Amino acid sequence: MLAFILRRLLQSVVVLAVVGLIAFSMFRFAGDPVNQIVGVDTPVSERTEIRKSLGLDDSTAVQAARYAANVLRGDFGISYQFRQPVSHLLAERMPATLELALCATVFALVVGILMGVYCALHRETVLAKLFLAVSLAGVSLPTFLIGILLIFLFSVTLGWLPSFGRGDTVRLGWWTTGFLTVSGLRALILPAITLGLFQMTLIMRLVRAEMLEVLRADYIRFARARGLTTRAIHFGHALKNTLVPVITIAGLQLGSVIAFSIITETVFQWPGMGLLFVQAVQNVDIPIMAAYLLLVAAIFVAINLAVDVLYTIVDPRLRLAGRTA
Amino acid sequence: MSISRIRTLAAATSLAIALGMAPAQAANVFRFAFQGDIKSLDPYSLKESFTIGMHAAVYDALITRDKDLNLAPGLAESWETPEPTRWRFHLRKNVKFHDGSPFTADDVLFSADRVRASGSSFTTNIPSDAKFVKVDDHTVDMVLSKPNPIALYQFSTWYIMSKAWAEKNGAVAPSPVSASAPSYATLHENGTGPFVITEHQPGVRTVFKKFPGYWGKVESNLDEAVFTTISNDATRVAALIGGEVDWIDPVPLQDQQRVNASGTATVMTGPELRTIFLGMDQVRDELKDSSVKGKNPFKDVRVREAMYLAIDEDTIAKRVMRGQATPSALMIAPSLYARSAEFKRPATDAKKAKALLAEAGYPDGFTVPMDCPNDRYVNDEAICQAVVSMLARVGVKVNLNAQPKAKYFAKVLAPNYDTSFYLLGWTPSSQDSHNILYEMVGCRTDPKSSRGGWNLGGYCNTKLDAIADQVEGETDPAKRDQEIMDGFEILQKDWAVIPLHQQALAWGVSKKVTLTQRPDNLLLLYWVSKQP
Amino acid sequence: MSLASATPPSRWAKFLDSDVFASFRRSKLAMAALAVTVLFFALAIAAPWISPQNPYDPAQLDLINSNLPPIWSPDGQSPFLVGTDDQGRDVLSAVFYGLRLSLVVGLLGVLVSGTLGAALGLIAGYFGGFVDTLIMRVADVQLTFPAILIALVVDGVAKAAAGGGLDTNATIGLIVVSIGLSFWVQYARTVRSSVLVEKNKDYVQAGRLIGLSSPVIMVRHVLPNVLGPVFVIATINLALAIITEATLSFLGTGLPETMPSLGTLIRTGNRFLFSGEWWIVAFPGLALAGLVLAINLLGDWLRDALNPKLQ
Repeated sequence: MLAFILRRLLQSVVVLAVVGLIAFSMFRFAGDPVNQIVGVDTPVSERTEIRKSLGLDDSTAVQAARYAANVLRGDFGISYQFRQPVSHLLAERMPATLELALCATVFALVVGILMGVYCALHRETVLAKLFLAVSLAGVSLPTFLIGILLIFLFSVTLGWLPSFGRGDTVRLGWWTTGFLTVSGLRALILPAITLGLFQMTLIMRLVRAEMLEVLRADYIRFARARGLTTRAIHFGHALKNTLVPVITIAGLQLGSVIAFSIITETVFQWPGMGLLFVQAVQNVDIPIMAAYLLLVAAIFVAINLAVDVLYTIVDPRLRLAGRTA
Repeated sequence: MSISRIRTLAAATSLAIALGMAPAQAANVFRFAFQGDIKSLDPYSLKESFTIGMHAAVYDALITRDKDLNLAPGLAESWETPEPTRWRFHLRKNVKFHDGSPFTADDVLFSADRVRASGSSFTTNIPSDAKFVKVDDHTVDMVLSKPNPIALYQFSTWYIMSKAWAEKNGAVAPSPVSASAPSYATLHENGTGPFVITEHQPGVRTVFKKFPGYWGKVESNLDEAVFTTISNDATRVAALIGGEVDWIDPVPLQDQQRVNASGTATVMTGPELRTIFLGMDQVRDELKDSSVKGKNPFKDVRVREAMYLAIDEDTIAKRVMRGQATPSALMIAPSLYARSAEFKRPATDAKKAKALLAEAGYPDGFTVPMDCPNDRYVNDEAICQAVVSMLARVGVKVNLNAQPKAKYFAKVLAPNYDTSFYLLGWTPSSQDSHNILYEMVGCRTDPKSSRGGWNLGGYCNTKLDAIADQVEGETDPAKRDQEIMDGFEILQKDWAVIPLHQQALAWGVSKKVTLTQRPDNLLLLYWVSKQP
Repeated sequence: MSLASATPPSRWAKFLDSDVFASFRRSKLAMAALAVTVLFFALAIAAPWISPQNPYDPAQLDLINSNLPPIWSPDGQSPFLVGTDDQGRDVLSAVFYGLRLSLVVGLLGVLVSGTLGAALGLIAGYFGGFVDTLIMRVADVQLTFPAILIALVVDGVAKAAAGGGLDTNATIGLIVVSIGLSFWVQYARTVRSSVLVEKNKDYVQAGRLIGLSSPVIMVRHVLPNVLGPVFVIATINLALAIITEATLSFLGTGLPETMPSLGTLIRTGNRFLFSGEWWIVAFPGLALAGLVLAINLLGDWLRDALNPKLQ
């Protein structure tokens, strides 16, 4: 088992290295960063000096090594737009994104499971079909359109919920949270629904499919034959067996929720990393783009690693064989 | 639920009450949102209207401008000109910087050096030949080499910084252009102004609090002002109408009716000093990325006239700008030049434009790329699209390249001047025509001079340069206006640029708020009051 | 015994007279979805002939006609059936042409990603060993990122490199490549696993024995047998590709406003949603939602039909 974990760890390092290489090559590809940094009226001599001070005259290999060393120290360079260390900018905005992603995931899990169970148990009812249709619409409509519609409905027409930002936040050490104020919680609702809708749909369909499959399994038939109540069978056995893959998927999806928040954050002006990234793309702020890519990769790798390790602990067969997928 | 969990929850709730609720209730807080960011707290970093206005809340200038844009005493209580080339400023006593240190003549001398140092974008705010001399701790002289009628015109955005503070924090040089470390002064302030900045998260939020040690009386009744960036138009308007913010800029043209109908806020409009215009590359021998090879059609005055005549500015003002723009024949706003009314915009004439193009040898027109910002001026991209379709009707096929301002400016501005046809907006920071004649349409043949620095098309007429030099030294107002007139006439005769319009300012203001709007579009917090 | 008779009937042939096809005729929803999809394709193809205006020709746009509401409201004007946008562009024509762009970008994107993914999957599965490990590790890394993120990065970096002077065709090409590079993994994984199953079957071994080269075996005999699942993925990915293009355009890195796709139209119209000029965003929004929904329904049904466990 230790060997297995070590191997996964090694693979994770390789993945991160590859992403790092891609991130670095973005700098090479996107043209001369000096033009991004200097003012309009900067004379050529000063530009040359800046080139030198940034080490842009060194060979690619030297620059790549320096980038790697800097990244390992947590130094992602200075943002072209903000003239601030990227690590600082990301750290400042990380709490906003993580809180939004967490709320979206919780929303997706709770509502998705409830709707999925209902759809599986009452396959032929109108409501179940409606849920399925809604879920399909949830996948089909682009996120930005859903966000705008929610704003239009709940902020502009009804005036119930705020349309942008995080509301009042409370600083706990370096972390800022919106969970502790009323306005912060209210501000979370629309973005969390927008962001979570896609995952909710996914979970609902997964729960429905898994439930349908489990309900056909022998042990359920056996339980039925034993005379257990329908309720006990559905929730004690069927749902319980469904939940393991569902939670695994939800966990694995956490990374993509974080990454997907770029669209939601743009629509709601949520001051998180995704908004920072979109602005960076529009303004060719390569240091931010590169750092964001690395960060998302790191989150993904960490989640995958955690899931793998958990699986080996839970499933004894894997302890022997190891996983390949 | 376990006991420990209940305890955590209780702790969290009491924390929320302790931290979250308390500050919001007591203070009179003004919340405001702009489409862009406060670019830097260093007052010499970037000449951008909104940022300059924010600096005015925390920094003071020697001479400021009042609500009608007239010069008014700031940190200089009074000033006089004992000789034609010498200005004497009497500084206010008992003025304190936000860190508590006193303001003296040394700070003025230091600021005069810093604002002209490399890296500053405010170098032209004080005359380049000016020497500053300390007479005593509260008197400073400025000595010039020749008389200058507009020497003090840009003093109002030259903010005074503390020498001791800058030296202590390694911020003596204006926000360094090198990327190795962000300057202390870009993230912190230490002015003498009526507000202090207590929190500054670039791109997210900035908090201003009243400075109790301010030297003057402040009109504003605010205790605190919270700034947020909301770049999305729809979100910004929704935030104003929903009462989440008290002020927004700009209100998109299409949403103005809705804001006025909301009952909670109104749109404050007024003429702005900025002129939107189109320019054409007249330097390159072959136009970049055009279908015309081996020559540059824009060097032919007939083609420039045809371009001018093909564009129907009246319809642009009426449709794209929804009436919130004043078509302009000049490169300067009417309020800044007394004899503006004597100029008329030549009427649109597509037929004549076609004939001129045929005469110049382009009966079927030609293709040309156009550079356009899409987040800088009111409906900038829509204006460019309208221009594209109007030119298409006379046969000129325009490939529009609309980009965010950061990318746009990097492409078209010095030193690249990488553009064939562009849209730009300009406010003369001196509030005077000389700035136009010198920076916008002066020849850029001398790389060492700042003449023609913003002349992206590179139009050049030495006669005009001579006039510009005359205007600079002319002290007789009537003669000066005549010289400016001669200059503008040459511009029009050469069809050098295509002025379009002055856009209107549009602030969305909550009904609880009273404030002052000037044509220079600066939001000045010290004139903002809010019903608590 | 000829090789052909050794090959089992292709999945496509099976598909046509299988219960899959029967289930199609049973499912009203699937039939409706197909009808809608076909309608959208027809509109897209016929766009130049049925549109009152060519929305991409600036000479045909007149500011005088800007911001007209649909024809049934008091201010509506013929021939602008569902109104015009802020440039005097006929919204209906723009929707037809936008559908065309969406489908072109979507289909090309699927083609690129499908070809790339299937080729890499075939290679990985057939050769195994180091090549397999390499390709699948790259796929793992790629899966780390959601497609929209990759498309944004590819698009942004390429535009930065090009200095912003891209013409419209190059922009379309760039978006197609971005989409292609974002969606190939699923194909590769599916094809690879199918190949792993197929390659030990008798007919492949037989092909080897009679001296057919690896590429010939792969392309002519293994590929047809893995096309079924690839087709399902392609259908679903078509919808995803269309959404991705719309999202890129919405975020401002897609197609320009002078040559609007549905996503660009929604971005433009979005500005006017709050001011009461709802038709600029509503009709492109409906068209996009309808198109994606129909394709998704088809794909969904196809997946269920091919997976008998759920029936």
